[in-house]
Amino acid sequence: MMLSRHPGGWVILLSFIIALLLASIPLPTWVDRFRPDWLSLVLIYWCMALPGRVGIATGWFWGLLLDAAKGTLLGQHALALAVVAFLTLKAHRRIRVFPLWQQALSVLLILLINQVLVIWINGIIGYPPHNWWFLAPAVGGMLLWPWVFIILRDLRRRFRLS
Amino acid sequence: MPDQSPVSAAPLSRITHSDRKNLFTIDTSTNVHIIVFVLLSFGLMTVDQRLHYLEGVRDVLSTIVYPLQYLIQLPTEASGWLSENLASRSQLLDENAGLRRKQAFINTQLQKLTALETENRRLRMLLESSIERPERVLIAELLSVDFDPYRHQILLNKGTRHGVHVGQPLLDQQGIIGQIVHANTFTSTAILITDPNHALPVQVNRNGLRTLAIGTGHFQELELLHIPNNEDIQVGDLLITSGLGGRFPRGYPVAKVAKVEFDPARPFAHIIAQPTSQLDRSREVLLIISDPSPVGDIPLDTDKSPASPRKQP
Repeated sequence: MMLSRHPGGWVILLSFIIALLLASIPLPTWVDRFRPDWLSLVLIYWCMALPGRVGIATGWFWGLLLDAAKGTLLGQHALALAVVAFLTLKAHRRIRVFPLWQQALSVLLILLINQVLVIWINGIIGYPPHNWWFLAPAVGGMLLWPWVFIILRDLRRRFRLS
Repeated sequence: MPDQSPVSAAPLSRITHSDRKNLFTIDTSTNVHIIVFVLLSFGLMTVDQRLHYLEGVRDVLSTIVYPLQYLIQLPTEASGWLSENLASRSQLLDENAGLRRKQAFINTQLQKLTALETENRRLRMLLESSIERPERVLIAELLSVDFDPYRHQILLNKGTRHGVHVGQPLLDQQGIIGQIVHANTFTSTAILITDPNHALPVQVNRNGLRTLAIGTGHFQELELLHIPNNEDIQVGDLLITSGLGGRFPRGYPVAKVAKVEFDPARPFAHIIAQPTSQLDRSREVLLIISDPSPVGDIPLDTDKSPASPRKQP
């Protein structure tokens, strides 16, 4: 229904699908530690660029799919991604006009909150973290943010999404 | 400029008014949204963790993501197929000869095994204890390995359609790996024995000492619980499944004792065992298909066997 109302919705859909793919592709352990939460990155971009079209419900839905793909507790990543969407929507007017490096810092903050939420829930159900490595994906996400931003912005302009 | 002001004055007030209203409604709706979705998530998580009503939902969702997971696996499959097809003739001949030798070797051992098995069966009949049913296996391949370093889970490419069910034990060539926790239509998730939330009833092969092997979150370590300081256990002892939990069949190798520390200050010894199977390396795993019927009812079993409840693929 979203696709028929708005032209170019398939670009958004495709970007989320690719993010889900990137989230579950097998990687060597040392890269895997820094593997960013791709769905969060894509979600942050779309919430920032098109807050009217992509929001909390979208994030929640993709989080649920991520839960199913990862075999985690249903609702765990859904909750984290809903919160990511919420924070981005609240701050999107400011983040939008930041220079890239400052944007990356805001993204780091949001990703940290996302990571901490997931770790909290893991802790509650009996998987406490062993060390501080669980914060590494947020750093990886921050470092990759400029590229994600540029690629998605170009896509958005090319397909005239608004 | 002067003729614009009266025209723009009226709409301006209206625009700002409606804008403000609009702005506020957007904000409150996001607030309401986040509250609704957070509550929904907590509800889902609680139900999923405590009540297990959501296997159907999980099944639907994982069927949606299955094409993606299949897509991820495609390159590895394709490269395997390519290397098989492009292998030179001499290489194939070598491999063939090697396999033939191995087959002959295994066959001779198997002859002995069948003889032993029948003898064992006869002896058990004499003793009127239960007969151990022969087990069949289903070969599954890993689609992906989790993921979170804190939980050791793997995703397999076989699901309920192939006869997988929750609680089914998982092996590789060297020993027990884990068990199935979610069985979806096309895929299934398994928890490894090294997961911090997994416990496995084992016994020492040498003297039958029973204990529990708990996962530690490290692929090379299992911890043995509640073994008193004066108990007879040594480095190098083989641990096999004791079959007591009812999940795992008896007698499969699990781990070798790697470290034994007797600390007089503590009531129990600190014992670490290393899994015999290569938990972080195996790509193909075996699922044991065995009837979970309880031990000790031979006539009932023979009655049931024609109409076995297990779904055949």
